[in-house]
Amino acid sequence: MGVTLPILILALPFFMFLLLGIGGVKMSRKVAGILGILGMGTTMTLAYIVAFTYFFSGDPAFILDGVRQQFQVFDVTWLAFTEKLVVKIGFLLDPICAMMLVVITTISFMVHLYSWGYMEGERGFQRYYAFLSLFTFSMLGLVVATNIFQMYIFWELVGVSSFLLIGFFYRLPSAVSASKKAFIVTRFADLGFLLGILTLTYFTDTFNFVDMTSNPMNVLAETGGATFMGASVLTWAMVLIFTGGMGKSAMLPLHIWLPDAMEGPTPVSALIHAATMVVAGVYLVARMFPVYCVVDASMTFVTVVGAITAFYAAVVACTQIDIKRVLAFSTISQIAFMMVSLGVASTGGVGDGHHYTGLGYMAGMFHLFTHAMFKALLFLGAGALIHAVHSNDYTKMGGLRKYMPITHWTFLIGCLAIAGIPPFSGFFSKDEMLAAMFNNNWIWGAWMTMVAGLTAFYMFRLYYLIFWWEENPDYAHHKPHDAPWQMSVPLIFLAAVSCVAGFIPFGELVTWNGAPYHIHLEAPVACTSIIVALAAIALATKMYMKKNDLPTKFKNALPGLWTAAHRRFYWDEIYLFITHKIIFGCISKPIAWFDRHVIDATMDGFAKVTQKVSFAIRGMQSGNVQAYVLWYFFGALALAFITWICLL
Amino acid sequence: MFGNILIWFVIIPVLMMAGLGLCRNSSMAAIRTVMVVGSTILLALAIWLCVDFLALRAAGNDAEMLFTGSWMWYAPLNIHLAVGVDGISVLMLMLSAIIVFAGTFASWKINPLPKNFFLWFALLSTGVFGFFISIDMFTMFMFYEVALIPMYLLIGVWGTGRKEYSAMKLTLMLMGGSAFLMLGLLGIYWHSAPEGGELTWNILEIAKNNAVDPSWQNLLFCFTFVGFGVLGAMFPFHTWSPDGHACAPTAVSMLHAGVLMKLGGYGCFRIAIYLLPAAANELAWIFIILTGISVVYGAFSACVQTDLKYINAYSSVSHCGMVLFALLMLNTTAMTGAILQMLSHGLMTALFFALIGMIYGRTHTRDIRQMGGLMQIMPYLGVCYMIAGFASLGLPGLSGFVAEMTIFFGAWEDSDLFHRVFVIAATCSIVITAVYILRVVGKLLLGKVQDEHHWQLTDATWFERLSTVTLIACIAGIGFFPNWINETIQHSFLPIVQAIQNAI
Repeated sequence: MGVTLPILILALPFFMFLLLGIGGVKMSRKVAGILGILGMGTTMTLAYIVAFTYFFSGDPAFILDGVRQQFQVFDVTWLAFTEKLVVKIGFLLDPICAMMLVVITTISFMVHLYSWGYMEGERGFQRYYAFLSLFTFSMLGLVVATNIFQMYIFWELVGVSSFLLIGFFYRLPSAVSASKKAFIVTRFADLGFLLGILTLTYFTDTFNFVDMTSNPMNVLAETGGATFMGASVLTWAMVLIFTGGMGKSAMLPLHIWLPDAMEGPTPVSALIHAATMVVAGVYLVARMFPVYCVVDASMTFVTVVGAITAFYAAVVACTQIDIKRVLAFSTISQIAFMMVSLGVASTGGVGDGHHYTGLGYMAGMFHLFTHAMFKALLFLGAGALIHAVHSNDYTKMGGLRKYMPITHWTFLIGCLAIAGIPPFSGFFSKDEMLAAMFNNNWIWGAWMTMVAGLTAFYMFRLYYLIFWWEENPDYAHHKPHDAPWQMSVPLIFLAAVSCVAGFIPFGELVTWNGAPYHIHLEAPVACTSIIVALAAIALATKMYMKKNDLPTKFKNALPGLWTAAHRRFYWDEIYLFITHKIIFGCISKPIAWFDRHVIDATMDGFAKVTQKVSFAIRGMQSGNVQAYVLWYFFGALALAFITWICLL
Repeated sequence: MFGNILIWFVIIPVLMMAGLGLCRNSSMAAIRTVMVVGSTILLALAIWLCVDFLALRAAGNDAEMLFTGSWMWYAPLNIHLAVGVDGISVLMLMLSAIIVFAGTFASWKINPLPKNFFLWFALLSTGVFGFFISIDMFTMFMFYEVALIPMYLLIGVWGTGRKEYSAMKLTLMLMGGSAFLMLGLLGIYWHSAPEGGELTWNILEIAKNNAVDPSWQNLLFCFTFVGFGVLGAMFPFHTWSPDGHACAPTAVSMLHAGVLMKLGGYGCFRIAIYLLPAAANELAWIFIILTGISVVYGAFSACVQTDLKYINAYSSVSHCGMVLFALLMLNTTAMTGAILQMLSHGLMTALFFALIGMIYGRTHTRDIRQMGGLMQIMPYLGVCYMIAGFASLGLPGLSGFVAEMTIFFGAWEDSDLFHRVFVIAATCSIVITAVYILRVVGKLLLGKVQDEHHWQLTDATWFERLSTVTLIACIAGIGFFPNWINETIQHSFLPIVQAIQNAI
């Protein structure tokens, strides 16, 4: 493959960013919108060409003896720290990268198109498209990274694009503080990522992914068995790197920024905070997968963090009122699902379990793909609802199925997909993940099946409260209606993908080592998960389809739990306490005070003392000759005395 | 003598002063013409020098210093006007020229006494350029003083707020540093000929002979490092910086934070570390502690300030602390990072102070609590401020990221616990930086407009745009294509790192 297409895939969105960012002021909205959509459409086409060439051309550079290869299209030096540690910017083509190219450009294009309708009439329309292009550029740069430092560079860039887009409505104080929070929390996580890179590359002497992952035992050997506080340094490095992933992918306890990030425009939430950027953490673990596998402790860490987060987020999602927050917590929970799936996978050797070793990896990536589609669909659907009702709360909705049929049917497909009902896409990927978890340890399997049940419950709770329940009387004077075509087309397209994506032979395309993997459904696991999901949906139907007082009864039965879940188990309060009370109150303020009143006062003190002393001895220079003679006399006497002492 | 390109970096500012002297006090146009022509020539000269230098290096000229020249100035003490540049000095000259250029446009409407202001401004640049071209310690010190003295008048006359107090404080503290420095330089001079030959002030000769007696090195290292460290805002000698910056007029803040503070870092490696390598190895830990404190302490202090200039002054303490911190790691990568950080911080802080000056000129306040939503009123300045902020918090694609990463990767090469702890503390500063930058951006630019009168304000004028665009272009230029600068600096550090290695 030539370098032209890959370079264009990166260069085009960046060019669009500059064009719309600098020239946007002079453009009309229409021109800016069309340019943005065309630019993204072209990028998408190019990405499709690259991905299809990679998967289906049969070129020996891409597939050799049935095993898919990693192929560095180009890799140019950007900055040489030392002779060995050289940062390069390149384009690594392998199964997960090709898959991500498709996911990112598809969703990004859909969001570009959708935004044309959704953002109509908003101030800063041109700026919005510029930021979308910047984000797409950064995200593409992240997934094609040939080395961990390139990934870090683009990791920071997606962080800042996310910051800019969350704070897009910058006149609203809530949007400003949400964007600030998102940036600072992920930045804190990135500090861990950076320290992890420093530690890891101190031993490996290379940033390159292929060098590290093709021979992970070498990486272990290079650390020479060094340990720190009871754990090997490689474990530390991998856990620290994973911290970066926890920040971006909103894993507990660094999840607090994601629900607030819903302050951004809804299409942005669909693109960044549901489908692409938040899975960067999963992608990072997948990228470094072989290295993670050589240190069991780090894999266990990934699994445990994922499992706790998945459950936590699912519980919280059951009690949120804002529909975007429900979806946000659902996203956290689903990403945690992928994390667990990766965590239970291994590159393992031979034997009975051999069939399952890479399953978790494949399933996690499969779910990443299907989840991106149906979660973007759900968010865009939510956008259409918000567009129609002008509120984020389900309390302002209800009975909308009659007024908004397209939104209703596509949203239902999204709900069925995420709940794991066959034949929708979520069922297939979730089933594979659960099979992998059961194979590793039945505890993970059972735990995550429970989370899957909760998922089905809260999604259908949401669905019924929006589209059934009781009609909002306000509809009489403000009748909601379906969105314009720019918004409906993406919904229908994504719904169609969610219906059929499960039948993609994913195991043939994306596996950890490139060798094909034959998917087959595991009847017991599949049956269990379907039964759990159906039971949860039935419960949701009973509780929320028609207006009744069951939900209130439940709430009153467990008031403490409900309030705690509704307040997201007080994580935000804890963070506020740490940042405001401890960091500002107990560190920054005392330091600033110390600086003014101790250090600076000391310096001023020197000056003051000098001045005082000068004033004090000024009297000696009186000009009075008698006084001088007196001083002379005493001086001579003193000198004589000293001389006498010395001579003695 | 006049055939040497470096001399012209001193001659041109002097000619500018002469030209300004001929202008009438009221003739703003003439004054501006002199300044614009002069600073443009300086910038062109710096670019030419840079290209020429790189061409010579590419042609295989591996001498430590190029364009060298030496002319006897005072024979009894063997003082020369000795000039020469390596890659680092070239980049520093470039930085100074850019900031003088941008500073000229940033003080387009200086009032009162524009002629006198620019006279002192030109004298200050003479000192700065002279410092970077010198390789004779005495002339270097002289130019250093030439750069410091005008600061007193520039702040005392054209400043704002408690300007007399701040000007006096700044001058006294820096002079205190100079006193230490003078002792250190004299000490080095007296020990420059161990075998009894002629004493010399020439840096290259002293380094070549590895002259200074090890038993004297520790004391002299402390004198010189502290002397230069005061100018580099090393804890606890940094308090002149917040007050001085807060009261200084825009262009002076730009030049001071942008270039003058770099004199400190430059002197630290060119004299303290290069000429006293044994002491550098032995005593680095003390100063690592002090500068490590600077990095974190400055960042935390910046978090609670409410005056825009104080925020940036403390941020400078943090960033300049990082420069000295990296130099003390004593390996090529970290020291290269230190120079990159000097360039990055110079450009970025100059941009910050320019923008603060422009905002202050409109709103007449620097208190962030009294402003808000300025992005709606002056989008151009707002966007520039955000870019400066992003550069400061180390966003990839801008210069700060390159510098910080190079420092961290270099500093990580020392694997003992002491270094690790301090490097981790220093890396934490990037999070704290994000906190205070976003705090300012959130309060100042975003949100609702605080003061209804601000709606009448206007966005940037052409000369302000020129000033900011120049700086932003350089910041992004380093951020996108760092490697040629990186290589130039690394090459220049070879003899210095060699000296450090030999002294272990």
